[in-house]
Amino acid sequence: MTDMIWDPTYECMPREDLEKLQLKRLKATIHRAYEKVPCYKNKFDELKIQPEDIQSLQDFQKLPFTTKEDLRINYPYGMFAVPLREVVRIHSSSGTTGKPIVVGYTKNDIKTWSNLVARFMTAAGVTDEDVVQIAFGYGMFTGAFGLHYGAETIRASVIPMSGGHTDRQIMIMQDYKSSALVCTPSYAITLADRIKKMGINPKDLSLKVGLFGGEPWTEAMRQEIQAGLNIIATDNYGLSEVTGPGVAGECQHLSGMHISEDAFIPEIIDPDSGEVLPPGRMGELVLTTLTKEALPVIRYRTRDITSLNYEKCQCGRTTIRMEKTTGRTDDMLIIRGVNVFPSQIEEALIAIEGCEPHYLLVIDRQDSLDTLEIQMEVTENIFFDEMKKQKSFLEIVKKRVESIIGVSVIVKLVEPGSIKRYEGKAERVVDKRKLG
Amino acid sequence: MKVEQISIFIENKSGRLAEVAGTLGESGVNIRALSLADTSDFGILRLIVNDRNKAIETLKERGFTVTKTDVVAVEVPDNPGGLASILQVLDSEKINVEYMYAFVERCGSNAVIIFRFDETDKAIEVLKAKGFHIIEGERLYGI
Repeated sequence: MTDMIWDPTYECMPREDLEKLQLKRLKATIHRAYEKVPCYKNKFDELKIQPEDIQSLQDFQKLPFTTKEDLRINYPYGMFAVPLREVVRIHSSSGTTGKPIVVGYTKNDIKTWSNLVARFMTAAGVTDEDVVQIAFGYGMFTGAFGLHYGAETIRASVIPMSGGHTDRQIMIMQDYKSSALVCTPSYAITLADRIKKMGINPKDLSLKVGLFGGEPWTEAMRQEIQAGLNIIATDNYGLSEVTGPGVAGECQHLSGMHISEDAFIPEIIDPDSGEVLPPGRMGELVLTTLTKEALPVIRYRTRDITSLNYEKCQCGRTTIRMEKTTGRTDDMLIIRGVNVFPSQIEEALIAIEGCEPHYLLVIDRQDSLDTLEIQMEVTENIFFDEMKKQKSFLEIVKKRVESIIGVSVIVKLVEPGSIKRYEGKAERVVDKRKLG
Repeated sequence: MKVEQISIFIENKSGRLAEVAGTLGESGVNIRALSLADTSDFGILRLIVNDRNKAIETLKERGFTVTKTDVVAVEVPDNPGGLASILQVLDSEKINVEYMYAFVERCGSNAVIIFRFDETDKAIEVLKAKGFHIIEGERLYGI
């Protein structure tokens, strides 16, 4: 395995130099945001902070957070730091409730973004020899365009398939000899399932690497995708509000996602108190952009839960690595007062011999007590002809999950195919509780 | 000596049993014997049919989860004490019965009991040695 590095100047920069660069870019960002975006001026003024007060990366922690709510209130263009005529692209988040979040890019932003994506694609092993099949939906979502530009930047051949049409994806994959796959991890599992059903040996495909993002996923899902598609499955991270994909991505050592720190400052905070946590602790990721022109964000609360690893990676990059996100603060379920992440349950299920990741969590409230039911699709591997064995299997699943999340659960088997499949992000939770 | 039984996972919701029966009927599969074990959430339907492969294939096409299990069919006289005589033998040899079900032959004076044992081969040996008549799979499928 050779570790190719797209931008060694920035990706392997000594920490001292990097921090100098960060501070310089941070000061410029803060000044610009304060002058051009009323939302930032108001927030700073309220705390009696002037841009000049920020003279070090420590001072920076005094600045107020920016939240999704700020972007929502300033819908559509209120957070832009440039006039609309300089904006060449508008994307928006897949907001399911109320108004979406609108994000803009200048011509320069698109170039910077492409380069950031090129970095993690290179880290994952993609080169100009590769044929990259993009199975993210093109449109307002930033995923497809981000990876598209990144792949073109490294001169790979791009197939802009867009999402869905699973059988067609597989045909193209076979005929066009796609070597890199870009989609959500749950769609990669859908593809692997279909490939298996069609009787295709994944070793006969040309695929070698997958670049997956857009939703949190687990180590167990990685194992399943790697086996089902015969690839190295890499994770990457980004969110529209901050830039889209390109914030961070894994190298082939699969040991955390390298954050492009010349473009973003990461912090981990306690989501309840807002306090910055010491290195290595798990908490909510907060990001500040250092190079964005159209939409700079300062201490943006991502709501994603992760931790940061400051050790140098074997690949040679000096950048901080973030762990896989284990969920979002807003995915967090509070069941009988206990914080539960759906990803913890998923990890527990997939680790059980024979279990496949088709499940649904149903939360309800009976007699003022929360109930959590896990519906799992039955497969031949977990179906036993003897009731005693079937029940003891369900008991094992129940115990395993309960020992991890600390809340009692009901485990129920359902017929195959009865849990809805989505071509994009998977919906795993139904909350029937009527609160308030 | 063994009989192949098929088992189907059935979620406890209306119409599922009818769907299994309907699917088998449409594909011309005839059911010889059946039993249903159920809980409040799901059931395990066990069937002996004339054409196992066709039954499995069509049920899987309709999205059902199906497995095959070896069971033993034993003929006992259809009179009081018939079942007890078999169970006593099994008990004395410490062979466990996981589950069982029975039906009466259409023409004849015997009952047929389908057994699922924890040690199938040993059970067959013991029952034969004690003079019980074990029905061959092929004969049962074609009754």
